[in-house]
Amino acid sequence: MKKLLIGNAAVARGAYEAGVRVACAYPGTPSTEITEEISKYDEIYSEWSPNEKVALEVAIGASIGGARAICCMKHVGVNVAADPLFTFSYTGVNGGLVLVCADDPGMHSSQNEQDSRRYALAAHVPMLEPSDSQEAKDFTRLAFEISENYDTPAMLRLTTRVAHSQSVVELSDPERVELKPYAKDAAKYVMVPANARERHKAVERRMKALAEDCNGLPINRIEYGDRSVGIICSGNVYQYVKEALPQASVLKLGMVHPLPQRLIREFAKNVEQLYIAEELEPVIETQVKAMGISCKGKELFTVQGEYSAGMIRQAITGEAKAALQPVLVPPRPPVLCAGCPHRGVFYVLNKLRLTVSSDIGCYSLGASKPLNAIDAVLCMGASIGMAHGMEKARGREFARKAVAVIGDSTFIHSGITGLIDAVYNKGNLTLIILDNSTTGMTGHQHHPASGFTIKNEPTHLLNLEALCLACGASSVRVVDSYDMEGLENAIKEETGRDGVSVIIARRSCVLLDKGRKNYYTVNAKCTNCKLCLRLGCPAITSGEKASAIDKSLCTACGLCKKVCRFGAVEEAQR
Amino acid sequence: MMQLNVLIAGVGGQGTLLASRVLGRYALAQGSDCKLSEVHGMSQRGGSVVTHVKMGEKVYSPVIEPGGADVLLAFEALEAARYAHYVKKGGMIIVSTQKIMPMSVVTGSAKYPGDILDKLTEMGYNMVKVDAVGTAERAGNIRAANIVMIGCMAKLLKIDYGQMRKAVGESVPQKSLEVNLKAFEEGFNAIKLP
Repeated sequence: MKKLLIGNAAVARGAYEAGVRVACAYPGTPSTEITEEISKYDEIYSEWSPNEKVALEVAIGASIGGARAICCMKHVGVNVAADPLFTFSYTGVNGGLVLVCADDPGMHSSQNEQDSRRYALAAHVPMLEPSDSQEAKDFTRLAFEISENYDTPAMLRLTTRVAHSQSVVELSDPERVELKPYAKDAAKYVMVPANARERHKAVERRMKALAEDCNGLPINRIEYGDRSVGIICSGNVYQYVKEALPQASVLKLGMVHPLPQRLIREFAKNVEQLYIAEELEPVIETQVKAMGISCKGKELFTVQGEYSAGMIRQAITGEAKAALQPVLVPPRPPVLCAGCPHRGVFYVLNKLRLTVSSDIGCYSLGASKPLNAIDAVLCMGASIGMAHGMEKARGREFARKAVAVIGDSTFIHSGITGLIDAVYNKGNLTLIILDNSTTGMTGHQHHPASGFTIKNEPTHLLNLEALCLACGASSVRVVDSYDMEGLENAIKEETGRDGVSVIIARRSCVLLDKGRKNYYTVNAKCTNCKLCLRLGCPAITSGEKASAIDKSLCTACGLCKKVCRFGAVEEAQR
Repeated sequence: MMQLNVLIAGVGGQGTLLASRVLGRYALAQGSDCKLSEVHGMSQRGGSVVTHVKMGEKVYSPVIEPGGADVLLAFEALEAARYAHYVKKGGMIIVSTQKIMPMSVVTGSAKYPGDILDKLTEMGYNMVKVDAVGTAERAGNIRAANIVMIGCMAKLLKIDYGQMRKAVGESVPQKSLEVNLKAFEEGFNAIKLP
């Protein structure tokens, strides 16, 4: 049967067809849908883990236990999971293990555009890179074979354009893969120095074997055409090359680590000018040049953002297709939704002019105008450590005008240790946990404090108040996120207090509350003072004589009524 | 085989994803190769979103190049202007006349160009303006404006009514099937071909 699938759904299908038994992930764009799709297969145990490191460790346990396991994350998630990855590379697998990482060239939804291929090189693990959904499915299955045949974790690299593009996939029946026997094998799995030294030799042997064998791997293939131009490429860039230069000769790499050196030499010999077209870092180019082969790469192509057929055509042929210039119109960046529970918190933080270390999630949007409330955003969990470090640099008085804010899911991911650190090292810190009871930005995934599993089954609910108290916070209080007065008082009190305080601003994500809500309207008392516009609510628009509220967007959160000094906002029945 | 590149532009939440999936399903039923490129995550939160639909004998890149779209299906006037340069010579912009203010306009740092659609017409674009929201409201739900637009496009491109209707029916959630089919019909009939 043929089906249109996004790359992520195709990976999920590949995992199913490969007989995967365990799947673990922490959500992260553009990888989230892989595990969401896997969770629909009852044959596979799936979970949202609290972070990528734990996810990989669970998958590793499943592999050692004899099952095929898959672990999925976005590119920056590999940073978090790197510790187990680098040593699991030494132990190798029992059941096959595939780590899927989704890179985000162009940063559609990320804080950097690091290139995961460098992880494959650094950790000495093979990496496959599909160029469409069919390959996403096929390469997932192949990755499990390679993992088991070469006793190694295998990585599958996606980019946003593969992960989130739909293309036609031919579905197959699942393989029957038996659980492998488990036998204690300390020399293989106990990574103390004496054992690890032996395993490191195994890593070297395996990578040499792979480097030789990948020359004959059908997913590395030469498509000869006009031999005056030869292009080495992989992934979505292959699609751009085929569209831009259908006549050119192409070496398409399905495996991007290790590289098929014999195939590359053969291709280089048979084309007049060799080009390397790869998004982000010159990973292939550096290696090809180290082989003593002359080629053109990053002198023509940028390390920034996404490529396209047009830019490849222009870089190689010098021909630019004449296209019209874009019409200049006001930008439309993403904004916090109407009714978003984070809005009131950032309004208050802006009003109090505090220094705000923030974190990764929808609430990074609190940095945008008009809320303008955020000073720093770095990576998952960093807000707390950064706020603590700022106090250590600038002193107690500075900390009275500073807070850290973090989402509930992000706090569980990697914020807890930051809180423990601030308490342990006698910090003076006010932490605001923006608890909307979900992982919002990635499309509402459950987490330990939402009380439900990936399959929507009720489970033990992590109690954030008790957790923060156990970490040693001297004060923990809960405030309704819509209660701006309560928030302001709490923030003033807690920043004035010595020690570490936690304010949990709690209200579930407005997108999860599907109930019919009332709405607000603007009456004749509006003086057009425009204070309500400082909320940055997409439902409120500025008018010539008065503000207006878009009934279709309004969720009756009531923030505008609270900020209005003239009683010009009133509730109406829907 | 129909070769067609459709760029669907709008504001996060307007249903560009569903619209593209309807076209994908239609393409597959025709036996065409097809690729769609979507937007998820951060960029969906009320921001400008664009999804690419490409169908034909063989599709390589899932992304439409500037100057490469046969049709720009724009769910909002400003977004029509933002992506107009993607339309190829002789191509068409089908635009919902709905206006949604971006935050830069709300906060007063930019002005919404009120005459933007006239400007596009002056620039020589082949424009078809549609009251998609009003039509969807008449069909029973303003949220079905995306399917109204699909109906309009089907009529303008002389796509078989029944086959596109089938693709709509197979793509929308069961509970909103009736209203979406109605929206499709209303959209199709809203266009009067010369």
